[in-house]
Amino acid sequence: MKQHTILRVAAGKLLIPYILLFAFYVQFHGDFGPGGGFQAGVIYASGIVLYALIFGLKNAMRVVPPIFVETMIALGVLVYAGVGVACMLFGGNFLAYNALSPAHPIHGQHLGLLLIELGVGITVSHAMIAIFYALASRGRR
Amino acid sequence: MDTFFGLFNYWIVIFLMMTGFYIVIARGHLVKKVIGLNIFQASVILLYVSMGKVDGGTAPVLKEGFDIYSNPLPSVLMLTAIVVGVATTSVALALIVRIKEAYGTVEEDEILALDAEDA
Amino acid sequence: MLFLGEHAHVLILALLVATAVLIVRMRSLWPAVMLTGIFSLLGATWMLWLDAPDVAFTEAAVGAGLSTVLMLGTLALVGGESVQPSRKRPITALVVVTLTGMVLVYGTLDMPHYGDPGAPIHVHPDPSYLETTPKEIDVPNIVTGVLGSYRGYDTFGETVVVFTAAVTVLMLLRRREDDEVVEVFDDEENEA
Repeated sequence: MKQHTILRVAAGKLLIPYILLFAFYVQFHGDFGPGGGFQAGVIYASGIVLYALIFGLKNAMRVVPPIFVETMIALGVLVYAGVGVACMLFGGNFLAYNALSPAHPIHGQHLGLLLIELGVGITVSHAMIAIFYALASRGRR
Repeated sequence: MDTFFGLFNYWIVIFLMMTGFYIVIARGHLVKKVIGLNIFQASVILLYVSMGKVDGGTAPVLKEGFDIYSNPLPSVLMLTAIVVGVATTSVALALIVRIKEAYGTVEEDEILALDAEDA
Repeated sequence: MLFLGEHAHVLILALLVATAVLIVRMRSLWPAVMLTGIFSLLGATWMLWLDAPDVAFTEAAVGAGLSTVLMLGTLALVGGESVQPSRKRPITALVVVTLTGMVLVYGTLDMPHYGDPGAPIHVHPDPSYLETTPKEIDVPNIVTGVLGSYRGYDTFGETVVVFTAAVTVLMLLRRREDDEVVEVFDDEENEA
């Protein structure tokens, strides 16, 4: 491996796992500090884009295949809408999380917030990765 | 004078907005216009977030020992605005790539000239 | 920032103005894209100073990270040589921009002063979200509580907008034939 790529590869191997871990941290601690689905999604996408820039787009597409990315974009929106429909099935209104746990409404709120932030995070991260893949693979023949 | 010190933050943000607006209308390269739009959008977000600040307050995360919090509502509204902004910027950039492939140029004057020739 | 105390934001605002003016004057596009990333990062710093950490690190990750990469990728495909000066007269643009700015400044004269605790935005709704969130939702981060619970419909709409944007970009830029992917960020050493 040429000398000027060793630095990039070494830096990437050190940084990328922490970036992805930080994205998960921000996702699940959105209730207790600054954070939430949007921030976590963007940070996760930044980690994968950094991997693609350092190690090559082909390797990145092997790690996160495009078909997986496209499925997850839709899955996030489905999770969000699914939580809303589940609230209706439990007897409340659409997206009224109190109904998710009739005995303890506040626990229902916590559960609802966790699930919808997960849906938002999944959609935002994979949308950004899909946009990057589409742009970066449009090179001249 | 009191008015000046109370309001000059908003005036500087308006200057930033007008800079972005100027780039959009006075430059011909399409990517430069998208950059101008990005500056405009960032300044609008700064305007709204600066409206929520309370003197002596802290971030709106509840914690023992803090009484005054800044208003959480502008933060909430601008949070989604930023992500939607990058989504629309990416659509604009995708359109520019297709325009380049179709017309061969991304200068606004040349594109309009090519369209006028065809019409 | 510590030695400037309460007026630290004047320094950040001055840097923002300087960066914006520099972007206008820049002829070549590659430095302009990097300066836009710097602009976003400075804006994120100011937002942190304005007690909005959620918005600050979203803006930093999006503006200084993803947006810059996407614009650089587009420039690699499209060509970022020196921008020709526009053949339109710049005086018209300057006049329009100045008039708009003056109208907006006239509009801000009625606004409450910066940081005023008695501004209408802090008085309505009553009781404020700061009081109802601990009772009804009981999460420490009020921004997440309002975003997910009180304004859950808006967040649902925004998620669908992001989904739509991703689908649009895929429709515009995906190649129909499944032939070999040609990289934009090409690197000879990484070819398998």
